[in-house]
Amino acid sequence: MSTTTPVLPGVTSEKLPGTAAGRVRKRLNTRAATVVSIIIAVLWTIPTFGLFVSSLRPEQDIKTTGWWTFFSSPAFTLENYNDVLFGRSASSGQLANYFVNSVVITIPSVLFPIAFAAMAAYALSWIKFRGRDWIYVGIFALQIVPLQMALVPLLSFFSRGVTLAGITLMPAWNLDDEQKFIQVWFAHTCFALPFAVFLLHNFVSQLPGELMEAARVDGASHAKIFRTIVLPLITPALASLTIFQFLWVWNDLLVALIFAGGGDETAPLTVRLAELAGTRGNEWQRLTSGAFVAIVIPLLVFLSLQRYFVRGLLTGSVKG
Amino acid sequence: MAVFPRPRQALVIASVVGLAISAAACGGDDSGSGNGDSADCAAFDKYDGNDGKKVSIYASIRDTEADLLEQSWEQFTECTGIDIDYEGSGEFEAQLQVRVDGGNAPDIAFIPQPGLLATFAKAGKLKAAPADTKSSAEANYPADWLKYSTVDGKFYGAPLGSNVKSFVWYSPKQFQEKGYTVPKTWAELISLSDKIAGTKEKPWCAGIESGDATGWPATDWLEDLMLRTAGPEVYDQWVTHGIPFNDPKVATALNQAGEILKNPKYVNGGFGDVKSISTTSFQEAGLPILENKCSLHRQASFYANQWPEGTKVAEDGDVFAFYFPAIDPSKGEPVLAAGEFTVAFADRPEVQAVQNYLATPDYANSRAKLGNWVSGSRGADINNFANPIDKLSVQILQDQSKVLRFDGSDLMPSAVGAGTLWRAMVDWINGRDTATTLTTVQNSWK
Repeated sequence: MSTTTPVLPGVTSEKLPGTAAGRVRKRLNTRAATVVSIIIAVLWTIPTFGLFVSSLRPEQDIKTTGWWTFFSSPAFTLENYNDVLFGRSASSGQLANYFVNSVVITIPSVLFPIAFAAMAAYALSWIKFRGRDWIYVGIFALQIVPLQMALVPLLSFFSRGVTLAGITLMPAWNLDDEQKFIQVWFAHTCFALPFAVFLLHNFVSQLPGELMEAARVDGASHAKIFRTIVLPLITPALASLTIFQFLWVWNDLLVALIFAGGGDETAPLTVRLAELAGTRGNEWQRLTSGAFVAIVIPLLVFLSLQRYFVRGLLTGSVKG
Repeated sequence: MAVFPRPRQALVIASVVGLAISAAACGGDDSGSGNGDSADCAAFDKYDGNDGKKVSIYASIRDTEADLLEQSWEQFTECTGIDIDYEGSGEFEAQLQVRVDGGNAPDIAFIPQPGLLATFAKAGKLKAAPADTKSSAEANYPADWLKYSTVDGKFYGAPLGSNVKSFVWYSPKQFQEKGYTVPKTWAELISLSDKIAGTKEKPWCAGIESGDATGWPATDWLEDLMLRTAGPEVYDQWVTHGIPFNDPKVATALNQAGEILKNPKYVNGGFGDVKSISTTSFQEAGLPILENKCSLHRQASFYANQWPEGTKVAEDGDVFAFYFPAIDPSKGEPVLAAGEFTVAFADRPEVQAVQNYLATPDYANSRAKLGNWVSGSRGADINNFANPIDKLSVQILQDQSKVLRFDGSDLMPSAVGAGTLWRAMVDWINGRDTATTLTTVQNSWK
């Protein structure tokens, strides 16, 4: 089979002036719309900006006055960052350690569900087998189950195993220290799958059937079709899903608290951030700088992938 | 339309980086093992025989205080070879419930709410304390205090740390400059407040904002005044719902608190009017004392940690605290206090060894020497508490003439003590009258 990229009708996206998208685009290009969008952007950035200014102020200032007073009486210090990143004791910082934990938790927790979901989406769209639609409806319905409801049963699944009528179907996992990463990966993958399958299924099922038929006629197996035709075509969707899942896992506190625990072997940044303020919140001036350290990576990921992010969203909606 | 020019390469790079980082994270594991031979370890001989065993502890103590905690049992772990895996979390109360339900309970937990302790005990999750823990607790703590970790006649754990809530913070410097004296009775406290109010300054500052726990500092006011107006016996009935929440005695106490908290001449120094109390965070509430914008702030001993670095907390320093005076000292001086209890969800020998050790005065002294801690243990040597406010707190806790009671809102069912009561106090500060406030709480206590 040749590997030239097939030209798909409908995927080519010249914007015709007569289409709905074209009209919207025209209207959004006026000066008034630009001013409004700039105002909205500024308003939305103010809290983050305030947080940033606050993170550079001395402790006493943070605790007694608002960040806007920085402009009338500027006082600048990097003490908070120093405290958070290279603190003297185990308590006030060493975020670096937790940073690594966050990365170790996030990368597999993003790759696993997306890999599984892409394969499941292909199978549910293009492999014909009995009950396919019911399985899809079941997965779709699983999105309704709130994550919080599954926490205790899943934790019990790990720590007690599964027994049915006295017969042990699965022994307890007995994971310790660093092994607890497995629990977190498992949990995040489970919680992400229903939505990921749903999203990718919508995408994969919209691919033209002629493509698949042509490939089958050429003698390609499902694996081959999946790798050489489907994957390249759904890359924008994969990229936007990656960003969603990445941000969700990176910012997650609840799942990490329960499945990773708070020890420094496995706890991610969010868990550490929550403790940074001290037992009675007396060191909360550290939170501002801690928060900024924690958003560096998501910011980088978002900025470098936002092209795909927007394209993924658009293709998902317009392509139809 | 290939968006990733070389997707496979990107994948490989991502996974290699991930692996390298995780490998780095796994390195550097220390393997401390017991060396019970050195002379320093003689004191720990009775805990021997558990070398290499692991005990997990879960509590709400975190950050700097957690570091000190881990240091305090360092010698014990080195000598006995027991590996203590400590974990502190701000979501302790909720997480503990999840972990216990999920079959993943810690070996030991430090529970600061006797109400929560009783819940676990009644559900059969807790193990009764070993005999040694019980005997050393009985030797070192007042019987009143041990009742809080006794459920249906079974003793579950010894107290660990404590804090004294009946304190009023002030600035010794300011008092000296202006010629104020530390009040010894309620009448003196009020006349001092009037005197300060006469100088056009607000004498009191207060704040009850505390995230999703907003309102709790006001419950301490109510409890302190219940103890002072109605006495400890009525207080005990009140926290166990022996008298209704809207009993006239409770109303008297709350009105007495209102004499200060809802008096526009008295509050809220440095912040604004009475209503500003509900929006001022408890961490910041006392700070105007440093700027001479307010003179008195009622808060527990642990408020010592809230002062900015460089503030001298001592009787002759920038700030210090005096005992929140009794209304009628001849009837005894009540003290409102709180603290954690060491309870166990497992009864393996190494867990019991840790439990036994934490109950001893030896441990209390070891922790006290590191500073920033208060223990109610009578076996603790007062000279080990270097910090003046800790020393004063320990003196008060060890003083057998004082009547000691646990923070009432921690004893009530959490739906009330950590729920409706908090919200009711916020409404009360914001202008609701005493009778309606108390009736709301009464109606929520089923």
